[in-house]
Amino acid sequence: MADVEQSEIDPNAPVTKISTPIELKYHFTAGRAASRFMRGLMKKKILGQRCPSCLKVYVPPRGSCASCGVPTEEEVELPPKGIVTTYCIVNVPFYGQKIKIPYVTGTILIDGADIGFMHLLQEVEAEEVRMGMRVEAVWQDDSEMVPGLESIKYFRPTGEEDAPFEEYKEYV
Amino acid sequence: MSKEGNNLSEVDILEAPNILEYPYSRSTGPVIGEFMTKLRDGKIVGARTKSGKVIVPPTEYDPFTSEDIDGLVPVSTSGVITSWAWVVSPSEKHPLSEPFAWALIKLDGADSSMLHCVRAPSSTSVATGKRVKAKFRSQREGHIKDIEFFEIEEAANG
Repeated sequence: MADVEQSEIDPNAPVTKISTPIELKYHFTAGRAASRFMRGLMKKKILGQRCPSCLKVYVPPRGSCASCGVPTEEEVELPPKGIVTTYCIVNVPFYGQKIKIPYVTGTILIDGADIGFMHLLQEVEAEEVRMGMRVEAVWQDDSEMVPGLESIKYFRPTGEEDAPFEEYKEYV
Repeated sequence: MSKEGNNLSEVDILEAPNILEYPYSRSTGPVIGEFMTKLRDGKIVGARTKSGKVIVPPTEYDPFTSEDIDGLVPVSTSGVITSWAWVVSPSEKHPLSEPFAWALIKLDGADSSMLHCVRAPSSTSVATGKRVKAKFRSQREGHIKDIEFFEIEEAANG
């Protein structure tokens, strides 16, 4: 890539730049818990798992509780709604970017969950996003559903009153 | 939640390839830049240190004393294998698709060895002390890959 750019300018100019692309090929296996979670998303369901010891609900589930060290076997279906605990406004363009900047990614704490996950926030101006803002999932079109978080197109504000900080301070 | 409806062991495990790519482009700096520029010309240069040693590939400073180098000097495109390892099954990213050797090659006129690949019919034709010569590509762009490989020099006097 960079080599091409350079030689297009002047093939005899001194070399100042080299292209050194890196490619890492992995084969990802989701495991039982995350596989159920991802298949659930295809049916527009958010499936978590509850720890039998501390009763915390994990979304996405990993099959065990990291703090208690026990398997999490009880499945819990949660609503496609929650709050933004923290967020980041992306202003930096980068290679492979698909969304127009500035856009916001947030940590979404689903109602009834004890851990947040990151997702995209849309249908809201970047400067209007705030901690405690209530949001809901916007699902992909049925033909676009995939076993993964991409089945949720993005989260958008519900317009409900913000959650008070006290309600989610443990999760920030 | 009913036990029947929640048999977690009966789920199909999802699998997928996951490829991470970083399209890095690096600034060479003046010394490696000149090394690359000369490779494009089909030549190899090294760094001459104040003590008169020649380092290939060139460094911006003397690796032993940290002093600035005295400049760049041409070295030969032939040299001697000082160490090597045979690659039985080359991977997709390797420079050659058939079995080859990674070798440290001390070029004539250099005091250090440079890593590159050696194409040889089999591992038995590779040995420490064997003379090799760089085979440059016809299309060069200022990259270490401008040297396609080193090949064993035919011994002129046996």
